[in-house]
Amino acid sequence: MTAADITAAPGNTGGTGHTLTVEHMDVTYRVRGQDRTVLRDISFHIGRSESYGLVGESGSGKSTVALALTRYLPRNGRVSSGAISINGIDPLALGEASLRDLRARTVSMVYQEPGRALNPSIKVGHQVAEVYEIAGLGRRSALERAEAMLAKVQISDPGRVMDRYPHQLSGGMAQRAVIAMALAAEPSLLILDEPTTALDATVEAEVLDLVAALREEFDTSVLFISHNLAVIAKMCDRVGVLYAGELIEEGIAREVFDQPRHPYTVGLLRCIPRRGQRKDHGRLDTIPGFLPPAGQLLSECIFTARCPIAEERCRIAAPPAFVISPTRSSRCYLHEQTPDLPRNTPVDVELPDLRDAAEPIVRVASLSKTFVSRGETVKALVGVNLILERGETLGLVGESGSGKTTLARALLGLITADEGSIVELEGQRLGGDARRRPRDQLKALQIVFQNPDSALNRRHTVRRLISRPLSRLAGLSGARLRERLAELVRSVRMEERHLALRPSQLSGGLKQRVAIARAFGGGPRIVVCDEPTSALDVSVQAAILNLLVDLQVKEQVTYLFISHDLGLVRYLSDRIAVLYLGRVMEIGPAETVFAGPHHPYTEALLSAVPSLDGQQATRIRLQGEIPSAADPPTGCVFHTRCPRRLPTGVCESTEPPLLEVAPGHLMSCHIPIDELQSLQRTGLAP
Amino acid sequence: MGSYILRRFGLALVTLWLLSMIVFFAGQVLPGDPGRSILGPLAAQRAVLNLDHQLGVDRPILTQYWTWITGLVRGNMGLSYQFRSPVEPFIHAALVNSAKLAALAFIIVVPLGILGGVVAALNVGRLSDRVISITGLSAATVPEFVSGIVVIVIFGVELKLLPVSASAGSGASALTQLDHLILPAIPLVLVLFGYIARMARAGTIEALESDYARTATLKGLSRSVVIRRHILRNSLLPTITVVATQTGYLIGGLVVVETLFNYQGIGKLIFQAAQGKDFPMLEAGVLTIGIVYMVATLIADVIYTLLNPRLRLGSAG
Amino acid sequence: MTDIAATPAAAVAVAHAPSRGVSAPWRLLLRKPTFIAGAVILLFWIACALFGSVIAPHDPFVQQLLATNAAPSRAHLFGTDQLGRDVLSRVVVGARDILFITPLATLLGTVLGTALGLAMGYLGGAIDILVGRVVEAVLALPVVIVAFLFIVALGPSTLTLIVVIGFIFTPLIARTVRSAVLVESQLDYLSSARLLGEKSAHIMFVEILPNVVPAILVEFTVRLGYAVFAVATLSFLGFGIQPPTPDWGSDIAANFGVLPAGYWWETVFPALAIASLVVGVNLVTDSIEQVLAS
Repeated sequence: MTAADITAAPGNTGGTGHTLTVEHMDVTYRVRGQDRTVLRDISFHIGRSESYGLVGESGSGKSTVALALTRYLPRNGRVSSGAISINGIDPLALGEASLRDLRARTVSMVYQEPGRALNPSIKVGHQVAEVYEIAGLGRRSALERAEAMLAKVQISDPGRVMDRYPHQLSGGMAQRAVIAMALAAEPSLLILDEPTTALDATVEAEVLDLVAALREEFDTSVLFISHNLAVIAKMCDRVGVLYAGELIEEGIAREVFDQPRHPYTVGLLRCIPRRGQRKDHGRLDTIPGFLPPAGQLLSECIFTARCPIAEERCRIAAPPAFVISPTRSSRCYLHEQTPDLPRNTPVDVELPDLRDAAEPIVRVASLSKTFVSRGETVKALVGVNLILERGETLGLVGESGSGKTTLARALLGLITADEGSIVELEGQRLGGDARRRPRDQLKALQIVFQNPDSALNRRHTVRRLISRPLSRLAGLSGARLRERLAELVRSVRMEERHLALRPSQLSGGLKQRVAIARAFGGGPRIVVCDEPTSALDVSVQAAILNLLVDLQVKEQVTYLFISHDLGLVRYLSDRIAVLYLGRVMEIGPAETVFAGPHHPYTEALLSAVPSLDGQQATRIRLQGEIPSAADPPTGCVFHTRCPRRLPTGVCESTEPPLLEVAPGHLMSCHIPIDELQSLQRTGLAP
Repeated sequence: MGSYILRRFGLALVTLWLLSMIVFFAGQVLPGDPGRSILGPLAAQRAVLNLDHQLGVDRPILTQYWTWITGLVRGNMGLSYQFRSPVEPFIHAALVNSAKLAALAFIIVVPLGILGGVVAALNVGRLSDRVISITGLSAATVPEFVSGIVVIVIFGVELKLLPVSASAGSGASALTQLDHLILPAIPLVLVLFGYIARMARAGTIEALESDYARTATLKGLSRSVVIRRHILRNSLLPTITVVATQTGYLIGGLVVVETLFNYQGIGKLIFQAAQGKDFPMLEAGVLTIGIVYMVATLIADVIYTLLNPRLRLGSAG
Repeated sequence: MTDIAATPAAAVAVAHAPSRGVSAPWRLLLRKPTFIAGAVILLFWIACALFGSVIAPHDPFVQQLLATNAAPSRAHLFGTDQLGRDVLSRVVVGARDILFITPLATLLGTVLGTALGLAMGYLGGAIDILVGRVVEAVLALPVVIVAFLFIVALGPSTLTLIVVIGFIFTPLIARTVRSAVLVESQLDYLSSARLLGEKSAHIMFVEILPNVVPAILVEFTVRLGYAVFAVATLSFLGFGIQPPTPDWGSDIAANFGVLPAGYWWETVFPALAIASLVVGVNLVTDSIEQVLAS
């Protein structure tokens, strides 16, 4: 194959008419002298201008697929069998020069961290222009084309961005630049590997819209890799589900998500709260067990160990891919039984309402926090007022920079709030610094952090980690400590034998259970959950959420639940507070906040989140990026991005107060509630 | 950025001041009597006291420090006990000599070290990498007098290729001087090679594994272009700082090398001052080294800031 | 696993977690040829240091004035020096002082540096700024020259060498420990400890210290290499171990003058001894670093 053959290639799609065909591909890594097959028998194709989604949890091998297609596997990895064809070209058979040509003209790739995908010491414009230079253009015309391309990805001031260095761009802007670079060569196949995972919800929505529009314009086939089923549902025509290195199910996206035909897909979909599901409607289902170790040779079906309906034959031989319909296939002998798959976790749940609105357990008044770094003043929180009712779950929602974590840390005394801030626990003022709080105040407030790897001391054993609060805060020792320890371990569904282990020997879900047990060890009255499941896979997340619900009832605690995931917040919370740039925009009963009328920002957040359940009825899009907290907009801080901004200019000049618009429902917006309601109702019309 | 450099400069001054204290008070720990050690045991006690008074060493220690430091600021480094004459001319001449030797070592080692590091990084885990890494590490920690002796035995004594004395004598041509400096430079090169290669290797490996390297490769750029345009630019920046911080070690090496090869540089001067307990000379020499080091790291920091857009421009949301 | 439905998620606990026992790093080390080579060299010199006078074929102090500057022969494998002393015996016995001084000096610096680094990194504030400046100041000078200053003032002795080198290493090690502590400070487990009401001392020594031990270990071995470098150099310059005690550095200095006359064995063998010790230390350091990094 010569370079000339490839240039001729775009018209020639190798007879099949597909842009990409992968047949029986195995990928093997050589680790310590042993071969480990991490992808087995992968077959799929992507048609001309089709969008194909590859969905899977961590360890499923989805990114390895992308690396194999672009021949960018690490030195110890190789495609050990099978065939790949991109526009009729086999990338595995190419020499150096032809491979470069394939990468330059036919395949492009965008991945998760846009900031890292760009070279930090070269101007953005030059990096985009480089693509045109490879194609043979001169410096000047390459730069001109690059600027035009940046305009195409809706960068508003492309001339200025051309001269910027990557660190001067926001995440969303950087990802646009990377997409511009990827599409500059007008490739036949665009591979997107978790392109929006590192972005905020409203920015993600914009970027996804952009990708969809550009796909039309450039007539490009797309391979979209993501762990997020809703994003895949929104973006893709067809989808393949990857589990432990095997493609276990494939079909038209809508069909797969509505009628999954593999027990794993079924389980995965049941782990996610959908259609407005709430904790009192029933428990989430879970997938027990763990992913088999990577590269292990199994003669049985890879899902057998975790499958509720596995039979004898599943253990004897791995199932082939059964063709269910011309567009569907499933690697399950029992694919006909999947609609009636038994639950792993019983749905029944009786949740007593613990709430007692009489007297708030925590009252936060005019809470502000100002950080000063390198001469810059950043107001992370500005005059926040809110209460926590006894026994409730208050959901705290907001994008990055909204101040939700700062609020939690100030409450706990991990950072000291500004002068004049008031935090009260049952009417008692709390000290600003945890180090100076008396034991019973420390005991009352505990936290479950986002990342258990960071929250657990990796040199300590589980026993030590969980015992410490029992002795320090609950004042237990000896037999009583051991008794309570055993009880705690049971209540987070762990076992005695885990006590001797260290965090590195536990899976992510188990680590988070240790962190939860520690938070509950001292007998707290309030537990802050700061994105407790965002570092975990979907299947693990469900079990943790169920556990949190159970523990709340058992231990009678109040939760402050922080998350960027609206679905989770809706599932778990009784009331919801929406934060933007350190201010409360809206606060109220969960169902009211979701049902509307909403604050325009809440409305934008809700329409930004892709849903598994078909198209959303309403879509408002925010323009631009979240402003910096170091330089917040005047008036209403949201006015720069607000699609419902009033023409009178009041939004630009005056900060609206947080007012009660309905019983228990407070909002900070100049637009009268009735008007919002009618605006949003008309907006709702499809 | 300007304010950063100013701040950096201010900190360097504070450090220098601290250094002057350490140097001065370390000298004062010395038991015994400067006058006596200069005049010898046979001198009359009165003469000794007289000299002590002349030298000012009979005054309170803080007064002495004040006289010394104010003198330094005005460029007066004091009187040598040994030579009974101002210290500056000695320091000045020695510094020029040492600069020649150090410059030669740097000119040889910087390209060599970077090349070695980059080659090792491009072949990470392979034999060439292991050989470069382990040789570099060993060379960096074998004392200069050890490698110096090996070099003398091989090139000077056995092969008789090069002169074993660094001083070419007065009036020698530049080329002859160079000839004499090659052997002494080798031990210095060996020590520095390891550091520079190690740093260049680490930086290059990091850059090779980066996402932007992948982006560049997947754009369809050839490996050599990726390395030249995308890798080296990022990987060699930190190496600049290392080169500068090695100035300190380099001068430590000069003490040994200059003694070994009998070369009248700052290292030998300090060594002789230490042997002769000539504190004004010793203090002035040590402080001079400190200043050289400070200036070198300051320059490196400025260059680093200028070359690194992240530091040069700050972030603009 | 038929009862899976009854026991939720955590049932198959450590199924795929790699089983990493305490001894795993050791096993990895022992598999490295570089470590084995380094360890063999070190053990050889440790044996010489401990049993040197037994191993040495001759008395290292005895002068044979009729057999000075004798080239290597069967009687004297490494030849004799200017005073007719057996070079091999002096090389073997010469391991003693340097192998006594360097580990103790490094240990002293490591202990002090660790305590200081923990305080700088965790407590921050004035301590951090002040010590940070002192570290900068000490860094501005080569170790050998700082040592000069103090040894000239205090007079050379084994104790002086240990204390001076230990003190010079202290700020350098403190700096490394500090940056390791700063990395740990970003982690939430320290917040957790504070929420349990733990005291600063507990947080520093029980929570943080175990996590920075690997960094300290690497720093110790690296510094050990430097200590050998420094002691050998000081001895060579006449500020370290004093004659007539057999020592590689001072023996080289004593016999260096006759090198141009062709009596190479008197300097080359002690030089090779120093080089081999340094290389041995570095091979060990390098393998420890690699094992800890993987």
